[in-house]
Amino acid sequence: MSDTAAPSGGRPAWLSRLASWDAAVILVTVVVLLVASGAVDNFGTSRNYTFLLLDLLPIALIALPMTFIIVTGEIDLSVASTLGLTSAVMGSLWNTGMTIESIIPISIVLGAVLGAVNGFFVTVLKLPSLAVTIGTMALYRGLAFVVLGDGAVADFPRAYTSWVTGTLGGGPIPNVLVPLVVLALVFGVVLHATPIGRAVFAAGASEQAARFAGVRTGRLKFWLYVVCGAMSGLAGVLWTLRYSSARADNGFGMELAVVAAVLLGGVSIFGGKGTLPGVLAGVVLLAGLQNALRLQDVSNEALNIVTGVLLIVSVLLPNILSSARAALRRRRRRSPSPDPPSSDPGVLAGIEQ
Amino acid sequence: MLGAIFRARESGIVLALVVLVVVTVTQNPRFLSGQSIRDILLGTAILAVLAVGQSVVMITRNIDLSVGSVLGLSAFAVGSLLRGNPGLPVVVALLAGLAVGAVCGLVNGAVVRFGQVPALVVTLGTLYAFRGVSYFWAGGQQINADQLPGSFLGFGDSSVLGVPWLVLIAVVVMVVAGVVLRNYRGGRELYAMGSSPQAARLAGIKVGRNTTVAFLVSGALAGLAGVLFAARFGTIDAAAGTGYELNVVAAAVVGGVAVFGGSGSVWGASLGALLLTVIGSALAVLDINQFWQQAIVGALILLAIGADRLVAVRVTRSLKKRNSHV
Repeated sequence: MSDTAAPSGGRPAWLSRLASWDAAVILVTVVVLLVASGAVDNFGTSRNYTFLLLDLLPIALIALPMTFIIVTGEIDLSVASTLGLTSAVMGSLWNTGMTIESIIPISIVLGAVLGAVNGFFVTVLKLPSLAVTIGTMALYRGLAFVVLGDGAVADFPRAYTSWVTGTLGGGPIPNVLVPLVVLALVFGVVLHATPIGRAVFAAGASEQAARFAGVRTGRLKFWLYVVCGAMSGLAGVLWTLRYSSARADNGFGMELAVVAAVLLGGVSIFGGKGTLPGVLAGVVLLAGLQNALRLQDVSNEALNIVTGVLLIVSVLLPNILSSARAALRRRRRRSPSPDPPSSDPGVLAGIEQ
Repeated sequence: MLGAIFRARESGIVLALVVLVVVTVTQNPRFLSGQSIRDILLGTAILAVLAVGQSVVMITRNIDLSVGSVLGLSAFAVGSLLRGNPGLPVVVALLAGLAVGAVCGLVNGAVVRFGQVPALVVTLGTLYAFRGVSYFWAGGQQINADQLPGSFLGFGDSSVLGVPWLVLIAVVVMVVAGVVLRNYRGGRELYAMGSSPQAARLAGIKVGRNTTVAFLVSGALAGLAGVLFAARFGTIDAAAGTGYELNVVAAAVVGGVAVFGGSGSVWGASLGALLLTVIGSALAVLDINQFWQQAIVGALILLAIGADRLVAVRVTRSLKKRNSHV
């Protein structure tokens, strides 16, 4: 990748570019929320903010581990099906008369197991994650229907469902935002301030270089898939309790929203780049736009155009920007005394130093 | 000659097919009734046209996830066209479907080529965007068979010399694509691009242009499949073809088209389409919950890429051994 070549001294070019992309997404998010609050009827009400936060909760929960996975250069398209299968299993376990206190941990563990299956295929059998998770996307969704059929289970205990839909002290902030914030902090610290996070970036920038530097990339990726499955399971539990409805088609198509939010947040689909604050901004931006459009009576299906186009724009724009920047740099370099051409990618150079 | 046609992967599918058919027939002989075979062939025809297009894209190391949405958009477009102009000949309907699909494919191809972004993300985006356009356009309305001209519905039903039109069209598509990929320079270039894009570029192959053409072909064939879909079912709403992309990718992958490009054939992909369709109708005949079908599709994808990997590992190992003797 040409844009990773570090200018002599100072921060690597990609780091400052990343910072600016993140800042831009956060800025755009704030602007969209402000404009929508002013211009869209009912958007700025505390009730709507509660709904907005509840809507973005499952996407945010799954986007956290998805960020790690995409930064390592892999992908997981099976997350929405994992959500659906845990929801279906929740429903059928509830039908057998099991208590909700044991169903919830079982569902999260089930999610982790489904993630481990992905991880096994990707890291042990070394199959392309795209193909594997397209396969498990179909497999898990199919199993969800096998488990629960096309019916719904709705009679979950009120104490739990009303906690999920309830707010802190009756204000605009939903109860479930508390675990989300805690998890976001944990994921953020791990990604940006621990050796695990550095290993994730190294694996995504150059898997070989990371391995030479002592990162066990296979094991790392395996556990990332396990965590991603567990988080999808948790999202399935909260989804089921929020709507008080266990259905096999819960979360259908949500993998698009998750991947779109992560890429919108500045994570490179090629791996090695991205920040969690950017991703969270991407989640809020996507959910905020959808919420605002829905209040304008735009149909759910038409909203898919917005999500799809945002997804494409968020992968196109960084490329266009970086090639424009590269062209500028080339032009500047041509006139005065040029630096020695650095052909090595920055990360490799960093490890060698 | 026979050996060349049925190499390892294809013969595996044929074997699976034979076993499946034999087991199903012993449980329920009605499985091989004329009507049942006809349904299987019609279903396969639509899926195979899509799978041929998908193979062309996958051979170049890309993927087109938007085909289900393109099918839906083209089916609805052709449906509305015919509803407004009942006198239009079927050929015009076919060309209109091809054109709608080609435009969608061109969008995919242009974004992948000029944006330098992975086809996976682009077509995941257009999967929802094109579907959104259908919903926007259709707005909940449905086109029913009684609104479509009889000649068009007849085209979906009738056959020449015992072969349904739909099957005939699928076979023509398959043969043309198969021969071009196998024997013509343009086709061979696609394989070269898939094996090693860099080497292909160094060898003077116009990678960008060929990528666009591959997506154009996939889109156009998805559009054609949309017309066949409309003719066969007669009822079209904005959701037509939802989830087809999964079956199409499954058909190609099961048929031996490698996800990472460079290998596979349209014959294999079409056999994959046949296998998936037979599984679907066998489940119905065996009175097994239809919901198993999707789970089986997923398991088959995993099985096929696993087997592919196994073959690849063996090949590299034997190549290494050969090199060590030199």
